[in-house]
Amino acid sequence: MAGQATIEPVLELTGIGKEFGAIRALHDVDMQVFPGEVVGLMGDNGAGKSTLVKIIAGNFRPSHGEIRFAGNAVHFSRPVDARAVGIEVVYQDLALADNLTAAANVFLGRELKRRFGPLALLDHKAMAARALELFGELRSETRPGDLVKQMSGGQRQAVAIARTRLSNARLVMMDEPTAAISVRQVEQVLGLIHRLKEQGVAVMLISHRMPDVFAVCDRVVVMRRGEKRADKSIHETSPEEVTALITGAKEAA
Amino acid sequence: MAMPMESPISFTNVGRIRWWQRGIFATQTGYVLLALAVLLVIMHFASPYFFTEGNMQNVAKNFSFIAIATLGVTFVIITGGIDLSVGSMMCFSAMITSMVMTELSAPGSPAGSLFVHMAADGKTVIANVPGLILLVSMLAGLGVALVAGLVNGFCIAVLGLSPFVTTLGMLSIVRGLGYVVSNGRGSFPGGPDADYFYALTSGDVLGLPVPFIYLVILALAMAVVLHHTSFGRHVFALGGNEKAAELTGIPVVRVKIEVYVICALAAGLQGIIISGWLGSAPANMATSYELNVIAAAVIGGANLAGGIGGPLGAIVGCVLLEVIRNGLVLAQVSSYWQQTLVGVIIILAVLVDRIRSRMT
Repeated sequence: MAGQATIEPVLELTGIGKEFGAIRALHDVDMQVFPGEVVGLMGDNGAGKSTLVKIIAGNFRPSHGEIRFAGNAVHFSRPVDARAVGIEVVYQDLALADNLTAAANVFLGRELKRRFGPLALLDHKAMAARALELFGELRSETRPGDLVKQMSGGQRQAVAIARTRLSNARLVMMDEPTAAISVRQVEQVLGLIHRLKEQGVAVMLISHRMPDVFAVCDRVVVMRRGEKRADKSIHETSPEEVTALITGAKEAA
Repeated sequence: MAMPMESPISFTNVGRIRWWQRGIFATQTGYVLLALAVLLVIMHFASPYFFTEGNMQNVAKNFSFIAIATLGVTFVIITGGIDLSVGSMMCFSAMITSMVMTELSAPGSPAGSLFVHMAADGKTVIANVPGLILLVSMLAGLGVALVAGLVNGFCIAVLGLSPFVTTLGMLSIVRGLGYVVSNGRGSFPGGPDADYFYALTSGDVLGLPVPFIYLVILALAMAVVLHHTSFGRHVFALGGNEKAAELTGIPVVRVKIEVYVICALAAGLQGIIISGWLGSAPANMATSYELNVIAAAVIGGANLAGGIGGPLGAIVGCVLLEVIRNGLVLAQVSSYWQQTLVGVIIILAVLVDRIRSRMT
């Protein structure tokens, strides 16, 4: 897009490749994601989507290529490193602790504390209030004090997404966020993606659901057999073309 | 950057969970506590001696003898681990404490001459600094527990060995070391500080046995740590979903090592207290206590699958076991029945919990 050429991309991948032994999972992937842009990452199972996401999130190191985040070359050895620069992931299995409350899960690993002399005790009130605020933004009927164990799929999703809102992430990657929730809650999740976009946050949406991708994404990237086969503005393509690219009926576009 | 809320959220779809399905009422600890209350009432009518001051003191003292170690093991169980080495640890810490104490109290020895001197009559040994020998020997006893806890934690968290196997090995290692250092003989706390030692471990304050007072203090501290610090929250998160804990950036390795160290220290302290009550630290002391300790934790509601447990549950479990033991003695039932009954109660408590969670 001409308008974005002058803006610095928040994420820039150059020649990313990954081998697991003799298996080539990714080959020579170039990709850019700009602030405030929603990119749909599509592809069949085994196309290399998850490997790409795990490389960006710091779970794997790439065998080849370079990752630049906000202009700087980055090397992640653990997911925590990626989080530190502002990359958040909403995992498909959501990575929630069932035995804790919604608020506790949102703040897991970065609890708010108040000092009492030498002791730093948890600030339950502030965390519950902030969590309620985040759930309000997500339009999710989730009580901060309820246990995650007792929650619906959509509420769990809200908890996982609220977690990414806590830090001011610059890139949020969502792995199949709309796969296991009700129609009404899909609307809510898509609404949230719009809100992230308004805030200038870049979003990568990994999804199998064509209507969701076409509803929120600015651009769609199609992976097949470990390679990037298409990278097109959503207005210049169609669900039919994307399906053809995913299945291999059309080689590249 | 808070986004403005268009309107406050309503909870039209999501009912509030009823009070009796929340908090303590929804836990195994809750109804085991209820069962304990019922048992106390039954005991009151069954035996006129049960609620006498002497018997109550006896009960309080006896359950305190395993309850401190139970608090420690509860930490480990909440993370989804297990520590089988607590019984051996009790013995080894107690033994090291009394051996160091005896060694430092011998006026002739090189170490002893720093700490004690002979009185003018040539028979009485007097401490140079009263209490110092006690302090050093207790630190030595807790020090060996600390090392064993670190080794457990390192093997489990860093090397990735299974907690069951690691601590089973440690059970044997520590018990063996106990026999090696003592040559199989018991050791006795002695010397000029022995009176302090007995006062601190088996004395009474205002009619309350001191082990009971330690227990209450430690249980309160544990409640604060578990529910009001980020360490406690991480302990629960680890037991709930270890992968999630790691992904959210919780220092999993450090937290795991810390819980095994806490557990070993609690067991060490417990052992030292028991040796004060026994007046010695025999090499076979606290054999198979790990089973009582774990049983008490599980009866009180700690879930071996991880994620659930607390100090109240640990204490309730210990009290229940002790009241049953005490009750059987007062009812003049053969004490051999105790073990059978404990087993039945473990299974019952877990069974009732299963039925309850199926119903909701």
